[in-house]
Amino acid sequence: MTRTTGPALALDDLRVSFPSAQGPVSAVDGVSLELRPDEILGLVGESGCGKSTLANAAMGLLPESAEVSGAVRLGDRDLTILAERDLRRIRGDEIAMVFQDPSTSLDPVWTVGDQVAETIRAHRDVSRREAKARALKLMREVGIPSAEQRYGEPPHRMSGGMKQRIVIAAALANDPAVLIADEPTTALDVTIQAQILQLLDGLRQRRGTAVLLITHDLGVVAQVCDRVAVMYAGQLVEVATTEQIFSHPAHPYTEALLRAVPGTGEPGAELTVIPGQVPDLAAPPVGCRFAPRCPFATEECSIRPPLEGDEAHGAVACWHPRSRDREVTAR
Amino acid sequence: MSVTGLPDVVAVAARPPARRARTSLMIGLVLLGILVLVAILAPVLAPHDPDAVDPNRVLAAPDGSYLLGADDFGRDVLSRTIFALRVSLLVAVSSVVVATLVAVPLGLVAGYFGGWVDTLVSRPLDMILVLPALLLALSLITILGPGSTVAALAIAVIYLPILARVMRASTLVTSQQDYVLAARARGSGHVATMVRHVLPNSIGPVAVQGSVLTGFALQLEAALSFLGLGTQPPTPSLGGMLADGRDVLSLAPWLEIVPGVAIALAVLSFLLIGDGLRRTLDPDGVAS
Amino acid sequence: MTRLTFVVRRLLLTIPVLWVMTLFVFMILRLIPGDPVRTMLGFRATPENVAVARHQLGLDEPLWRQYVGWLGGLLHGDLGNDLISHAPLSELMSQRLPVTLELTVLSMLLAIVIGVTLGAWAAVGSRRVRSLTDGAVVLGVSIPDFWLGIMLVLLFAATLGWLPPSGYVPFSDDPAGNLRYMVLPVATLAGAEAAYILRTTRGAMESVLQRPSMTYLRAKGIGPFRMVAGHGLRNAAPTVVTVIGIQFGVLLGGAIVVETLFGLPGVGRLIVTSINQRNYPAVQAGVLAVATLFVLVSLAVDLVVAWLDPRVADGVGT
Repeated sequence: MTRTTGPALALDDLRVSFPSAQGPVSAVDGVSLELRPDEILGLVGESGCGKSTLANAAMGLLPESAEVSGAVRLGDRDLTILAERDLRRIRGDEIAMVFQDPSTSLDPVWTVGDQVAETIRAHRDVSRREAKARALKLMREVGIPSAEQRYGEPPHRMSGGMKQRIVIAAALANDPAVLIADEPTTALDVTIQAQILQLLDGLRQRRGTAVLLITHDLGVVAQVCDRVAVMYAGQLVEVATTEQIFSHPAHPYTEALLRAVPGTGEPGAELTVIPGQVPDLAAPPVGCRFAPRCPFATEECSIRPPLEGDEAHGAVACWHPRSRDREVTAR
Repeated sequence: MSVTGLPDVVAVAARPPARRARTSLMIGLVLLGILVLVAILAPVLAPHDPDAVDPNRVLAAPDGSYLLGADDFGRDVLSRTIFALRVSLLVAVSSVVVATLVAVPLGLVAGYFGGWVDTLVSRPLDMILVLPALLLALSLITILGPGSTVAALAIAVIYLPILARVMRASTLVTSQQDYVLAARARGSGHVATMVRHVLPNSIGPVAVQGSVLTGFALQLEAALSFLGLGTQPPTPSLGGMLADGRDVLSLAPWLEIVPGVAIALAVLSFLLIGDGLRRTLDPDGVAS
Repeated sequence: MTRLTFVVRRLLLTIPVLWVMTLFVFMILRLIPGDPVRTMLGFRATPENVAVARHQLGLDEPLWRQYVGWLGGLLHGDLGNDLISHAPLSELMSQRLPVTLELTVLSMLLAIVIGVTLGAWAAVGSRRVRSLTDGAVVLGVSIPDFWLGIMLVLLFAATLGWLPPSGYVPFSDDPAGNLRYMVLPVATLAGAEAAYILRTTRGAMESVLQRPSMTYLRAKGIGPFRMVAGHGLRNAAPTVVTVIGIQFGVLLGGAIVVETLFGLPGVGRLIVTSINQRNYPAVQAGVLAVATLFVLVSLAVDLVVAWLDPRVADGVGT
């Protein structure tokens, strides 16, 4: 497969804040990130770290009260400055999204098939019949058995996994360049989770869709992601290949996160809890936001570390990166 | 407003915002207070005897001495409206009070015990709702004959199943609360638990619904009297006044405007009070 | 499959309801204190007359035989005879029921058009639109329908002279004339109903538009019109239709008053005049006709709701 030169989606110093009684809450603070065509990039972090805000910002789905600066580049357009009308033409066509809970995404009184066909007809001038034919094809592609029969069924007759397949079929209806999946498996059973992840991986390979997979679950990341971006309190702290992240985490937060997950650390290693609390985003710490909880923090950390690194070893925003052997192997 | 043209945050209709609820309650209470005061003080406030016939003033237009004009017998419309309001309020309030007194114990028992007790209480009540309200009232009037007492009774029968349902639904929720289970665990008997713990915490939605229904009871009484089947002449009633004035509508429109405005204001006061109470007494929207 | 089961079950449920209703209507005549026949015929009736009438009404038989006989008659379309004109009541009903049907159906249609349109508009509208509709709802609910009717007559008949204040011609005789007579009664009856439907539509739409599925639709690139009409209104429809069904009972009650007010020869007016004339068989027939209409409308509404919301027939909570 030939790789196109530019990234499929690029976030450039993206900042999002919401007004609150305690002053503006900075939910996303200067995130720059590139999603390459045909990769699955995992975006991980604890709940409330700004992953979903980032996803909604990329889709232009934030409430109007949100203050957005920086850029979201899809091709040569900056989505943050587009009017709603123009955004609408792009959403569901060039960039699509899959949400956490398919039960609340799907319209309960519409048939599932019509909800897939609706996305097609919103962007392509095709007849009902043609839209239905394409929707059926998509339903088969995402692995819905006897799609013809299920086309006319309401969502409540389907299992959670089947519903999520429908949501994915609708998202892929117009062959988008970018798919943002916001915790797409969190609401599903563990066995179904793996199937959905396999589906996303297969679709990416067949269609070359770039996927931004947002999750708090490192197990999910390990299964399908090519690269991983770690977010803490609205800031990106580390971006590296999945292999690097798991074998040589560079940021103390990444390291702590890995130790807090069963089965990801060394065998026999104790599970640890990260001490301290997630900072108040209305009054975040100056500099590195993880510093107050970081055992390696020094005075230097009151200045925000830049996210630096290279293609092979990934980038980290830390004055005291953990895996020094990474740098050693690099030389 | 968001970019789609849809409101960002939409108030849920069942639970009015605090400030609007307070305003509704205040306006409703003041309005009702005035109307009740007028009704109680009717003999003092009415400028004329409501039944005094004056052949010289037949259909006299409003003027200095007959502030709101006179009817086709030359009776003072203002005085008659004041006395009619008295009857209407009495019928409306007493019918809802009677219905509540019966409905609350029934709903309480049905909701608290559930199971076959619930079925035994709820099914017969549901049967009352088979007939449209006014039709039920007319059937009862056919049996018992017209009059304001029968009208009040008929309205009470209509509202009984509605109020019992609200009480039942509210009790269902309350009965599962920890403090009720705790009371039972302490050895409190069923009756004591129901009266001391469940009743006080379940009655809120009934008060909200009762207040709204009082407004509609007033409308129903007026409709029955308008049909000649409620309050009987010579007792002045708002509905009866409207029926009497219809033939001379173009000659003396005040005969139709005054009692109608009185009904609308009274209904409005009860609706506003119900709306205002909803927020504090029925936050979960059981009454709707 | 499940849908068919639902329809059959709902149809079967109508039978006990209708049965309770017949029992109720049957008891009207039997519960009248004293001697209903004497009350009906007046005190100048001879004992012979009373005995004959009692026999005609079947009141000299045991209660259960009276009921079985009466119910048997009903099933054959025999409602008994009018006490004053002696005409079969089934014939009278076939003349009167179309008037009531025309009045209530037209009123409900008008109320639905006004209520749903304004309700949907209020749900997505500006603050000013919302306060305006709030005010309209409060007014519509507070004003008694018959008083609204009187005020409409005062304005459009007595003052402007555009429309007749009362009267009726059958649609088959003079369609235009029939509609002219119907304008004011229909507007009167539709007023309060429109207020209820507006409030329900607005509330239902507001809660639908808050759902996460609306964000999902935006993510699919669906435009605001389609979101509001295709999804918002479509999801609000089952709730609105349910309320319309409940309100139809209120509408039937209102029709009794409005028919009397505008001199329409419908079933409602028949009931009221018959009560005053102590024409009990006619009251029974009228109550039975209106109540049956209500039961059938409730049935239709439940079936429509199940069709609109596939979760209902499957018994899944909404």
